Amino acid sequence: MSDVQNTDERIKETSRLRQALIRPELGGMVGTVAVFVFFALFAFDSGMFNAQGVMNWSVVSAQFMIIAVGACLLMIAGEFDLSVGSMIGFAGMMVAIFGVTFGVPMWLTIIITFVVCVGFGALNGYIVVKTGLPSFIVTLATLFILRGFTIFFPQTIERKTIIGGIREAAEGDWLAPLFGAKIGKPVFQWLGDIGVIDTFQRGNRLGEPVVDGIPMLMVWAIGLVIFGHWLLTRSRFGNWIFAAGGDADAARNSGVPVNAVKIKMFMFTAFCATVFAVCQVMEFGSAGADRGLLKEFEAIIAVVIGGALLTGGYGSVIGAALGALIFGVVQQGLFFAGVESSLFRVFLGVILLAAVILNTYIRRIITGER
Amino acid sequence: MADPIIQMKNIEKHFGSVIALAGVSVDVFPGECHCLLGDNGAGKSTFIKTMSGVHKPTAGEIVFEGKPLDFGDPRDAIAAGIATVHQHLGMIPLMSVARNFFMGNEPVKKFGPFKAFDHEYANKVAMAEMKQMGINLRGPDQAVGTLSGGERQTVAIARAVHFGAKVLILDEPTSALGVRQTANVLATIDKVRKQGIAVVFITHNVRHAMAVGDRFTVLNRGQTLGTAARGEITPEALQDLMAGGQEMAQLEGSLGGTV
Repeated sequence: MSDVQNTDERIKETSRLRQALIRPELGGMVGTVAVFVFFALFAFDSGMFNAQGVMNWSVVSAQFMIIAVGACLLMIAGEFDLSVGSMIGFAGMMVAIFGVTFGVPMWLTIIITFVVCVGFGALNGYIVVKTGLPSFIVTLATLFILRGFTIFFPQTIERKTIIGGIREAAEGDWLAPLFGAKIGKPVFQWLGDIGVIDTFQRGNRLGEPVVDGIPMLMVWAIGLVIFGHWLLTRSRFGNWIFAAGGDADAARNSGVPVNAVKIKMFMFTAFCATVFAVCQVMEFGSAGADRGLLKEFEAIIAVVIGGALLTGGYGSVIGAALGALIFGVVQQGLFFAGVESSLFRVFLGVILLAAVILNTYIRRIITGER
Repeated sequence: MADPIIQMKNIEKHFGSVIALAGVSVDVFPGECHCLLGDNGAGKSTFIKTMSGVHKPTAGEIVFEGKPLDFGDPRDAIAAGIATVHQHLGMIPLMSVARNFFMGNEPVKKFGPFKAFDHEYANKVAMAEMKQMGINLRGPDQAVGTLSGGERQTVAIARAVHFGAKVLILDEPTSALGVRQTANVLATIDKVRKQGIAVVFITHNVRHAMAVGDRFTVLNRGQTLGTAARGEITPEALQDLMAGGQEMAQLEGSLGGTV
């Protein structure tokens, strides 16, 4: 133990600034402000901040948020899930195959999809806690297995890798609107009528507002963020999540059911991925075998930008949500600003590196290591 | 003195072909500090893990408060009142003192169907308990990582006492500490003992044992070499027992009796 010699007097010298620094959300908050200031300066006239533009980056951010919440809680519990992206593709394909090809009622299709995918999450977790292998390797295996199935099943059954017709199959279903509908349409129509948001000037949607409602995807994102934040900071289970990731052995010694916590977090991550997938196929009306590619890394990056430690035991759902927001705003903002989109990846790499370095520094402050 | 709170009778523990414990008997009374001494590999850790429900004994009997016990897992032992403060602390550096204090025993407040972690209560109790042990925290949200090793041990001990430990097992609490911090931990042990809690203090440092111990049991190669009360045995004799006598004597000679 390196910090044995620390005495009380010396520890208490920490300044207020350093104390403020150890809030996990800090990086995300600063980043969010910086990103908005940047785009307000350089892309204000590009349409990024009118109703359509806001909806554009909000939807992208909401997508990131949904998977970031799951990845965040799992990372704080000390594990990774690299199969999120494949899970998104797999879940979407399940909806298409059951709902369209087999003609199963959409509500039943959605329920089956959730059960199977969350089951895969549980399997991931079970293998990780029983074998003690790094979740990195176990879920890397799942990444390939699920992606393989996502391509194999539509190829074998339909001889194609994109299956459409989901919107038609979901028509009139009672459960599908929970993922595919938009809410607040009258409000937006009214906002359009009084001129707050633009309306279509021609075509068959003449008179309708350009933004006609809040997609359920965003409602899910906000709901999951609130739930995740409450669970982590205000519930007993949240303490167990921190404990499981902070030091699994110490947590076990104190009577925390570490294995159950980890398995549940794998299941929650899978749940989030499935929500993402079902919302996506409802919006697009089709499922593709390549959907969700690289999403696992994007989720992890959002979480890390949000201040979580890769080693577990520390982080914030609000931070992860801000990380997702930064992600969405920058990805779409560069497009609005007319910047070559490949530069987004450069930005991503740079901000990821900066976030990890900042987080490591914060960790040293908290634990007194040096 | 009253009846022993816990009796370990002829405990044996085998791991495959290795006999870690070959019939160890120890009894502990409420309000006493029973020191368990032994060199590395003597079976101290295995013994206390058996006592705290981590391992099941291969043979032998554990009697707790007059009744034979059969712990399924550590939670049973904790529920019964046998708490262990581990060598590697059982504290999570990244978490706050209050969160650590209530880890696994979180107080909850009900909001209709929801049960929330009662932070207000947790913070208040953690601060009060720490103060009682002589540690003034900056705040209940101070991370355990910022505490010194001795303070961390004290948090762990205070936690065990708060949750109604009747038997407190301390696994080498002083082995990684400096002089002053060791003194603090020993003082904490003394406070706990005076509250009527049975303390099992595992150490390989005879001086630390002598400072607070009421009785001393030496383990060597999985067996007890007998129990002695305070005043019945000299530190030198304990040291010899721990090391198995002969080789140690030679070493001590060459080191001028400083070990």
